[in-house]
Amino acid sequence: MTDTYEHLFDDRTPGVEEHEPTASYLSYTVGLALAILATIASFVVSQTDLLWPPGIPVGLIVLAFAQIGVHLVFFLHLGSGADSTNNILALAFGMLIVFLVITGSIWIIANLNSNMMSMQ
Amino acid sequence: MTIVAIDRLPTSVPTELARGRGGGGPASKRVVVAYGFWIFILSDMVMFSALFAAYAVLRDNTAGGPTGAELFNLRNVFIETMCLLFSSYTCGLGALSAERRQPGRFLIFAVLTFVLGAAFLFIEVSEFARMVEKGAGPSRSAFLSAFFTLVGTHGIHVASGLVALIYLGGQMIANGLRAAVLRRLLCWSLFWHALDIVWVGVFTLVYLMGDWH
Repeated sequence: MTDTYEHLFDDRTPGVEEHEPTASYLSYTVGLALAILATIASFVVSQTDLLWPPGIPVGLIVLAFAQIGVHLVFFLHLGSGADSTNNILALAFGMLIVFLVITGSIWIIANLNSNMMSMQ
Repeated sequence: MTIVAIDRLPTSVPTELARGRGGGGPASKRVVVAYGFWIFILSDMVMFSALFAAYAVLRDNTAGGPTGAELFNLRNVFIETMCLLFSSYTCGLGALSAERRQPGRFLIFAVLTFVLGAAFLFIEVSEFARMVEKGAGPSRSAFLSAFFTLVGTHGIHVASGLVALIYLGGQMIANGLRAAVLRRLLCWSLFWHALDIVWVGVFTLVYLMGDWH
């Protein structure tokens, strides 16, 4: 049957850890622990003066990116191996569009707002 | 020209000849299906990015109405976040059990995933109801319109994920862990993990940065 060999030389599939099945429970648990840490850190940073207050939004964004990275690696199993190339390229393109839409919108509207005549 | 049956291919085929990269024939259905679903998820992320952008732009336009800092209850948001995170975890363990053909264990994890997802949705809906009751519904200000659109769209995704999970559980019980059911489960777990990733953006941008503002 083809199934017997399928996992030996296939492309990687996002969400599946095919090559090291014994490590999987561990990898999900490590991911969970790191994600909990990042979440708690985000809430603590937003509620206390642990960070220099004007730097808090930057700190929160950094923590969010860290947590998203943890999710991608430990839950979606997107590695750096050759088998993941297609998945990573698709992800990179998606993130490019997301970045353009969000920063572009904020930039354009901030510019409009600052050029708007005062209402008073 | 010799034709090598696929089951005769030696296991020592170098990875350069792997299927899907020009050697050894097309990729398996499972890889193709999951890749297609991955593209769908990324397009869903692009849709969410438009809602995030709208919220980021409109967050200060409260039209004299309540601000985020006045409305949000961070304790509930933290509980919601933990529900969704643990639900993502049990979903991953469930997908793993399904891969290993352990239907009993899979069902336990699926029920846990469902309960945690439903708890998340319950807290979110009661929070929405409380806000509407206070006169802070989506029609109050541009800020609240953007808030309800962004967080509500995520909630609708979670709700449809729960419906799909019931449907998949039924398929698993009726048909067992056949290849087609496994492929659907794999897609479903990708969807669920992706929703958790979107939620990271939501609680950071909407709740934590909104409260700090």
